[in-house]
Amino acid sequence: MAMVTDTPRDRGIQRTPPTVTKSEGRAKSADPSQVPAIHVEGLNFYYGAKKALENVTLSIQRNQVTALMGPSGCGKSTFLRALNRMNDVIPGTRAEGVVRVLDLDAYAKSTDVVALRRRVGMVFQKSNPFPKSIFENIAYGIRLNKVVTDRDGLNQRVEDSLREAALWDEVKDRLHESAIALSGGQQQRLCIARALAIRPEVLLMDEPASALDPIATQRIEELIFKLRTDYTIVIVTHNLQQAARVSQITAFFWLGRLIEAGLTEEIFTNPKQKLTEDYVTGRFG
Amino acid sequence: MSDEKTTRHFIEELQRLKERLLEMGDLATSRIDRAVSGLTSRDPVILGDVIQGDESINALQIELDDRCFKLLALRQPMATDLRLIMSTTRITSDLERVGDLAVNVAEAAARYIQYPPVKPLIDLPKMSEFAQQMLRDALSSFVSGEVSLASDVLKRDDALDDLKRQVFQDLLTYMLNNPDLVAPALDLVLISRHLERVGDHATNIAEDIIFLVEGRDVRHQTSRFAAS
Repeated sequence: MAMVTDTPRDRGIQRTPPTVTKSEGRAKSADPSQVPAIHVEGLNFYYGAKKALENVTLSIQRNQVTALMGPSGCGKSTFLRALNRMNDVIPGTRAEGVVRVLDLDAYAKSTDVVALRRRVGMVFQKSNPFPKSIFENIAYGIRLNKVVTDRDGLNQRVEDSLREAALWDEVKDRLHESAIALSGGQQQRLCIARALAIRPEVLLMDEPASALDPIATQRIEELIFKLRTDYTIVIVTHNLQQAARVSQITAFFWLGRLIEAGLTEEIFTNPKQKLTEDYVTGRFG
Repeated sequence: MSDEKTTRHFIEELQRLKERLLEMGDLATSRIDRAVSGLTSRDPVILGDVIQGDESINALQIELDDRCFKLLALRQPMATDLRLIMSTTRITSDLERVGDLAVNVAEAAARYIQYPPVKPLIDLPKMSEFAQQMLRDALSSFVSGEVSLASDVLKRDDALDDLKRQVFQDLLTYMLNNPDLVAPALDLVLISRHLERVGDHATNIAEDIIFLVEGRDVRHQTSRFAAS
C-alpha cells in the first residue's frame, strides 16, 4: 500500500499541478477524441488520517500511454487505484475532489462501481491467473458480464482477447491446460487478455513487468505500445527506462503531490521542475 | 554496490568527463596560440612542432568519445546528464577541428616565412586572440553554466568575420601593387580564413552549452539570441 508520511509545503514545488499535453483537457469540443479519457481535479486521498494524495490535478488523454513514476510511497499507485476505485476495498480510505473517468463521476454516489471497473480494467504487478484452464481464465469474465451469450461468440472472444494480448500463438493448442503452468510472462499476458476480454476503454497497469525477465518485459512493453491504438493506458512503473520506452506522457509524483506531468520526451530530456530532474538523474534524496 | 555509491560514482565519471573536455579545450586553444606565435616570430621550429603535434588532441577526442559511449550504454543517462554527454560528443568534434586548423595555420605560416614579410602582422594576431577568447569564453560557460556568456560568444562571431574581410582587403591592396607578394599574401589570407573558422567552432560550442544548460537547440537559427 502506498503511504505518505510527510507533505512538505515549501520546497519549490509548483502550486498548480499541470494538466497535460497538446490537446488541453478542458476542451469544450464535442469531438470525443478531444475530451480526456480521465480528468482528475483537486484529488485528496486519505488512508484513515494519513493523506496519501494532495490536491492532484491531471488530465489523461485517450489512446495514449501515461506513465506514473516516483519513489515508493509517492502516491502513484494510490492515484492509479483511485481511477477505478480499487482503493475502496481498503477500510478507512476516503477521497475528495473530482475523478471523472470516461463519462462517469467515479466517486458519485450514483456511480455503479462494478460498471466503472468493467470499463476500467486493471493489471497488477503480480500476475494472478485463476487456478483454471487458460480458456476459463478469459471466459470467466465474459460470462460473468454477459458480454456474449452464445458458445461461438464466447470462443471467438477468447481467441480475440488472447490474440490482442499477443498470447494466442503460444497457447492455442493448449487452451484447456492449467493457466498456472504458463511462464511468468505468459501469465501476465493472460491477465492482460482477461482484462481485455470484457472490452474496457481504459487499462490500468500497476508495475506489470516488474517481476519479469528482460525478454518477457519486452513482450509486455510491445503489447502496451500496440494496445494504445484501442485503449487508454495508465501505467505505474519504477523503471524509468520503461516509462521512457512505452509512454507518451509521464507524470512524476513525490510525497503525494503531482510535481510535473508532460510529454515523456521532455520529462526525460529537459524536465521543468528540479525535483523531476533530480529523480530522473538519480540524484534524489 | 549501493544505489548511493553507484550514483556518486556516476557523478564522478561525469566530472572526469568535464575535466578531460576542458583539457582538450585548453590544448586546442594553446595550439592555435602557438601556431600564430610561430608565424609572428617566424620560427620554423615552433611551426614544425604544431604541424607534428596533433596526436594528443586526436587521442583526447577518441578517449572522450569512448567515455561518452560507455556512459550512454551503461548508465542510460537522463535529462541534464544526457544533454551533457550529447554536448560533449559535439564539442570534442569541434575541438578536434580546431586542432586541425592549428595545423593548417602552421603549414601556411611555414610557407609564408620562406618569403620576406609582406607587412607587419597586426590584424592576424588580433584575430587569433579574438578567436581564442571566444573559445575560452565558450569553455568557461561550459564550466559555469553561464548562458549569457555563451550567447555573447555567438554575438562576437560577426566581428571576427569583419576582421577577416578587413585582412583580405588590406592584403588585396598589397597584391595588386606588387604581384611578387601574391604567394605569401595568399597564405596570410588562408590563415585569416582558418582563424575565422576557429571562431565558427567556438560558436558551435557556445550553442552546445546553451543546449546543455537550457535544453534549447539554437543551431541554425537566425534569431538564436532571442530568449525562449
